[in-house]
Amino acid sequence: MGRYIARRLLMTIPVLIGATLLIFTIVYALPGDPVRALAGDRPLTPAAQAAIRDEYNLNDPLLIQYLKYLGGLLQGDLGQDFSGRPVSETITQRLPITVRLAVLAVVIEVIIGVIAGVLAGIRRNSYMDNLVLVSTTLVVSIPVFVLAFLAQYVFGLRFGWFPIAGLSEGFRSYILPAFVLAALSLAYVARLTRTSIAENLRQDYVRTAKAKGLKPSVVVGKHTLRNSLIPVVTFVGADLASLMAGAIVTETVFNIPGLGRAVFESVQRQEGFVIVGIVTVFVFFYITFNLVVDILYAVIDPRIRYD
Amino acid sequence: MSQTLTTPDISGAAGAPVLEVNDLHVEFRTPHGLVRAVNGITYSVRPGETLAILGESGSGKSVSVQAVMGILDSPPGFVTGGSILFHGQDMLTMPAAQQRVIRGPGIAMVFQDALSSLNPVFSVGHQIGEMYRAHQGASRREAKAKAIELMERVRIPAARERVNDYPHQFSGGMRQRVMIAMALALDPEILIADEPTTALDVTVQAQIMELLNDLQRDTGMGLILITHDLGVVNEVADRVAVMYAGKIVESGTIDEVFTAPTHPYTAGLMSSVPQAETKGTRLQPIKGQPPNLAAIPPGCSFHPRCPHARIGSAAAADQDCAGDVPELREVRPARMAACHYSEEIFGE
Ligand SMILES: Nc1ncnc2c1ncn2[C@@H]1O[C@H](COP(=O)(O)OP(=O)(O)OP(=O)(O)O)[C@@H](O)[C@H]1O
Ligand code: SF4
Ligand SMILES: [Mg+2]
Repeated sequence: MGRYIARRLLMTIPVLIGATLLIFTIVYALPGDPVRALAGDRPLTPAAQAAIRDEYNLNDPLLIQYLKYLGGLLQGDLGQDFSGRPVSETITQRLPITVRLAVLAVVIEVIIGVIAGVLAGIRRNSYMDNLVLVSTTLVVSIPVFVLAFLAQYVFGLRFGWFPIAGLSEGFRSYILPAFVLAALSLAYVARLTRTSIAENLRQDYVRTAKAKGLKPSVVVGKHTLRNSLIPVVTFVGADLASLMAGAIVTETVFNIPGLGRAVFESVQRQEGFVIVGIVTVFVFFYITFNLVVDILYAVIDPRIRYD
Repeated sequence: MSQTLTTPDISGAAGAPVLEVNDLHVEFRTPHGLVRAVNGITYSVRPGETLAILGESGSGKSVSVQAVMGILDSPPGFVTGGSILFHGQDMLTMPAAQQRVIRGPGIAMVFQDALSSLNPVFSVGHQIGEMYRAHQGASRREAKAKAIELMERVRIPAARERVNDYPHQFSGGMRQRVMIAMALALDPEILIADEPTTALDVTVQAQIMELLNDLQRDTGMGLILITHDLGVVNEVADRVAVMYAGKIVESGTIDEVFTAPTHPYTAGLMSSVPQAETKGTRLQPIKGQPPNLAAIPPGCSFHPRCPHARIGSAAAADQDCAGDVPELREVRPARMAACHYSEEIFGE
């Protein structure tokens, strides 16, 4: 197991290099001139523009730019944005906000999704089952930003339960965006759990558990659930990417100053270093989280063995 | 169709029956129609006695014992009549919590396919120990210690080292021993074994049967053994019940039923099996299709395949094989058969 983890961690290096190169190329290929856009209405003098281009290596060819960036990266330097602020500062400031939001979203997704899926799966075609089916279909078919506006309108404006945007009210400010961020994955988790529970309930080992005289809560909540969670864990791990992409939309709509919105803003301003820096953080989290999920997977299912 | 006759005490086993199944009916309400899987079967098991249930595939053997264990696939399966008495108390009408107290300490079951019947994600020690934790409130440590004891008792080598292993890490025979250990954990009074050796190699089959036999002798439990293996039945059973289309068509002591059947269906099963060669012999297929339980033939359900069937004008009054249902009756001392013409075909 230890060797497996070490190998997986080593694998993150080429993945990170590939990811940064990819983002770098995309930003390089973006139409428009970041320096001119930066200046807005009052044009900078050509001399000032040239100075900025020089400082950010914008005159170099792509590969040179990238290699210079990598060189800085090896010394722990993520570069700086056009206002001279180090990217690492932006990240350390905004990362905790996004982590809080994402953790809350995963918790919501897993807890509510699994409970809804179990309730639906143990009695097919029951009221609960139909409720879960209809509501998950609805969530899946609505675009995230529509869902966000809907949540803001209903729970923020009409009921006034949660702030509509911003982070002014601490934990309460995170609830609405976390639900919106979790919604799509929650629907998938519920569906997946429902199918998985229904399938596992037909298995022979469930019959054995009943024949042992175990309570229905143990038969379902222990014997069936543990097996049913195996595909759910896999899904949650793989789905983290969509959660991070979702954070870009959700943080922007809810005006939350996390990494997601920073990506949005820096794409608008074509701040190459910021985009690459943040996406690299995303990729790193994705890889780490997937490793954790794979280890968890082996804990839940003893038939899985690494090495 | 009520079954008033009680099975005579022919086993030589001591004591009152622990388990009495009376006129049990089970049906499956499927989208394709009503499947009448069990249609009024009656039997009882005494301490120390082995009852073998024989019959072709689909004759309702498994369903009948699943109803006893309360593990019918329901829906679509429903018990629609009869009673299942454990020490005189009807399990079908008692509250679920009381039923659960019987499952395990009262009646336990060993299934055919141990690999799929054991939970793949819990260690065997955990699954065996769970019996003590659920029924006796044992601690984790006590449960594990007892699980090791049981694994030794069913002769699993290196039990102490293997207690934390998972089902997939055992061979087929060892897994079936784990199942047996789990079933025996609470010293059940009745053990139901539904084809416990079918999935195993021949040599392993013999070992498992020997183990079951020894354990039964040690504990004095009653055993209901469902098997296709006539040799096994011949060796270990006291009595045999032959099922056809969800009914018992013949029952009696093993020796008598095997040497002199009194029902044409049983005779068909035995015909090509000389007594000395029954060991390892599976039921012989007999001519014709097993009945479709969604459309059981009227009268004697065996009549489309029966070489002795008398239909219409050939039949005696009220004994038309295609119209009148033959009751299970005592055709000889201590022998029951459901055939209108048993005496005429097989003699008194
Ligand atoms: N879950 C179910 N749904 C619908 N029908 C069922 C179900 N389980 C069993 N049956 C029906 O009940 C009948 C009796 O099945 P059962 O399993 O008792 O046969 P069996 O005698 O044990 O056969 P085998 O020797 O193959 O194990 C079968 O014909 C089958 O169609
Ligand atoms: S009742 Fe008739 S059909 Fe049925 S077994 Fe007897 S002779 Fe054959
Ligand atoms: Mg069966």
